Amino acid sequence: MSDDTALASFPRRDLLKAGGALLIGFAVPAARAQEPLGIALMLGPDQPDQKRLDTWLAIHADNTATVFHGYAELGQGAATALLQIAAEELDLGIEQMNVAALGSHRSPNQGATAASASVALGGQRVRTAAAEARQTLLRLASSRLGAPVESLTVERGVVSDTRAGGARVSYGELLGDKPFDVPFTGQAPVKPVSRYTLVGTSVPRKDIPAKVRGTYTYMQHVRLPGMLHGRVVRPRGQGAYRDAARVLRIDTSSIADIPGARVVRRANFVGVVAPREWDAVRAARQLRVEWDERTALPGTQGMYARMRASQTIDRVVLATGDVDAALASAARVVARSYHGPYQAHVPFAPNCALADVRGDEARVICSTQNIYEARAKVATVLRLPVERVALEYCEGSGTFGRSCHDDAAEAAALMSQLAGAPVRVQLMRQDEHGWDNFGPAHVAEVRIGVDAAGKLTAYEYHGWQHGWSTVETSEQLALGTPAADTTGPIAMELSPLNLGSMYEIANRKLVNHRVPGIDGYLKAANLRSPLDVSIAFASEQTVDELAALVGADPYEFRHRNMTDERWLGVLDAAANAAGWQPREPGAARGRARIATGRGIAVGTHTSSYAAAVADIEVDRDTGAIVAKHLYGALDAGLAVNPGFLENQIIGMLVQAASRMLKEEVTFDDRRVTSTDWASYPILRFAECPAVTPIVIQRTNQPSSGGGEEVLGPAAAAIANALFDATGVRLREYPLTPARVLAALRAA
Amino acid sequence: MPTEISVNDERRTVDAAPDTPLLYVLAGELELKGPRFGCGLAQCGSCSVLIDGLETRACVTPLSAVGTRSVTTLEGLARWFARQRGLREPPELHPVQRAFIDEQALQCGYCFNGITIKAAELLARNPRPSEAEIRTAMNGHLCRCGAYPRILKAIERASRELDR
Repeated sequence: MSDDTALASFPRRDLLKAGGALLIGFAVPAARAQEPLGIALMLGPDQPDQKRLDTWLAIHADNTATVFHGYAELGQGAATALLQIAAEELDLGIEQMNVAALGSHRSPNQGATAASASVALGGQRVRTAAAEARQTLLRLASSRLGAPVESLTVERGVVSDTRAGGARVSYGELLGDKPFDVPFTGQAPVKPVSRYTLVGTSVPRKDIPAKVRGTYTYMQHVRLPGMLHGRVVRPRGQGAYRDAARVLRIDTSSIADIPGARVVRRANFVGVVAPREWDAVRAARQLRVEWDERTALPGTQGMYARMRASQTIDRVVLATGDVDAALASAARVVARSYHGPYQAHVPFAPNCALADVRGDEARVICSTQNIYEARAKVATVLRLPVERVALEYCEGSGTFGRSCHDDAAEAAALMSQLAGAPVRVQLMRQDEHGWDNFGPAHVAEVRIGVDAAGKLTAYEYHGWQHGWSTVETSEQLALGTPAADTTGPIAMELSPLNLGSMYEIANRKLVNHRVPGIDGYLKAANLRSPLDVSIAFASEQTVDELAALVGADPYEFRHRNMTDERWLGVLDAAANAAGWQPREPGAARGRARIATGRGIAVGTHTSSYAAAVADIEVDRDTGAIVAKHLYGALDAGLAVNPGFLENQIIGMLVQAASRMLKEEVTFDDRRVTSTDWASYPILRFAECPAVTPIVIQRTNQPSSGGGEEVLGPAAAAIANALFDATGVRLREYPLTPARVLAALRAA
Repeated sequence: MPTEISVNDERRTVDAAPDTPLLYVLAGELELKGPRFGCGLAQCGSCSVLIDGLETRACVTPLSAVGTRSVTTLEGLARWFARQRGLREPPELHPVQRAFIDEQALQCGYCFNGITIKAAELLARNPRPSEAEIRTAMNGHLCRCGAYPRILKAIERASRELDR
């Protein structure tokens, strides 16, 4: 029985009775910062005006401040770091600072919380806004106290007249919950770094106590009165992005025994809703749907050949000198091909979203990394004007790029619109694993040459990968929007910064081969450190191979080919932390079953500088690699909170081991087959390396990204350590026991 | 169907079908924030609770299997600890929670429900575990952020605290 109309009899809310508007305590207070930080919402003015100071900051009567910005806290501490910056400029204590919840009708649009943008880009805006707020407050204090601004000092938000008998007044008394009502010019002078007392220190994260206590509200905890529980119903694992699954038949009678369970459907978008969550889970499992699935995928085995053979759009990203001539005259040349798999975000908690769609208005709460973009996507699937959609952010589990958060938001919105009630959609594990926007697979062909003195002279890199999908699954299924992918210079294509720029090489050529992503591939998007793991795996192994070829120590070889003090800084920091001793390539190799090896590598993302050293053990009998100790050095300019950066480095080192040793999305010709933690294993406690994070503090440099840069070098250092331990190199990762064993046997 | 279970030392009557996984009862009906969905397959440890002191995956434990045994969630962990140790007053936090804060061990923190429950179970059974024993005990719990190193440090720290 096909069922397009199961909803016809579903009770719809009387919109007139509800007033036709979404007015659940949404009155806009004079000082909007007084909103509770939970899930409050205004359907009021659209995007706040970024040229007004009140858009960025509010001062409260209790002498505290709230900072508004557009970045999502993703469990990295960025929210606290931005408060440190604001508190520093305002001369407030960190405990006097709050951050406003993120919402499309409340937060300035600063784009995506991606590419380590929060502190690198957002920090400067928050800094200048706070400086301007302080300037404004001092002007107010000056007239209140009858004292010249020059005689005023501020401590913890209390302004004092330093002249004999001078009086005091607090920020709260001066402004207390009233707007600044002044333009934000960005012209106020900021505090010199030499006077910093808070920035540069490792203040604890503000979110940690509630998270440890279990009182923190994650997205998955949010409920609305009268809501239904929704689950998506899809084939187990996505097929080719171009060929979205099509419904042939739905047998709604298959869930007739589940109380209150209903099918909600728009075209090929199928969901179930039920008042009780377990009933929704059961209904999604039990609903019989016959899908028309195509066999358009190449399968994991055929993927790299298809990518290499596809009709690509080629772009020379960089060409300096004459690479062909330099390669021809080089003393030694290494030319190799490398393969990097699709890898998945797979947040620990599958994405969750809650939507309340009433008539022509919608409220959506989700864990997107970009509230404004997600709002537009939701408006599209609902066919509503974008300004009628209010979208709020609530933190889920670590997402590491565009996992299914926007898809979950669309799914909740669609189901609420169809069901006529608020709907909470919780993706199941197979939905998140199977329908992710994966980090794209990569094929590399690398040629690097050295002269007789062991100096790098030529560097040529060709990279094949497809771009990022722009249409979420729910939209594709519901509206039939054709698959489309996008590409651009940053993170979707070869990055010159990561491909040889760390070395002094006169002749370089980088060619990006854009594979058409809609031509029989998986959906893709930015996965933490997009392309970097594959690029570092290819580039830094080739460099390492050249070092071995000329009989040089891998650290010394890199060092002699570098001149930039920041690259040298991270290289030396990682090597020193690891107690690097000059090693003859392969000298450590013995015949013991457990071989030990050490590797080194450098790399970054789109900014900053990173290097890593890996100590590993290889079991020659099983092929199993264990990362024993990873060292990661990061220079991200001014480290606002070195402790947060250390925590980021630790996470990147562990994820590097996970991605280099274990992670690979698998699929057959029909669909993705790695749909849970058993079929997509990640690193576990028993395999966790010891870690040494090294933060290089550079107070004279602007803050740059700190959440992605160590992944590439750490992953490549593991691959180089395998060579050091066994004399074997793998050209395809993950370095699974089967691959290692096969390589050892072939050696 | 009304069923009575013991959760954090309280008798609670819940209205759920007997085959409902305990997770949905605790997180849904009882609105507890500790146990939380992660995989529904007993693979990740997100939903862990103690049942008579044993770490148990609530996502695959039917309500009907709980019976008269006592369920302890993250919310009741400090009290459970106090009873274990014969303390008159429960501490504000279980020592392992205190250590997680001291070590700033979290990244996103979502997995910490299960991590905390498992670590508390381990320390009750073995107050001075070796690092290898901690790794073995914790191995069924995943952390996607890769916070394992600081978690290991924090559990060792809590173990030392317990010893004093």
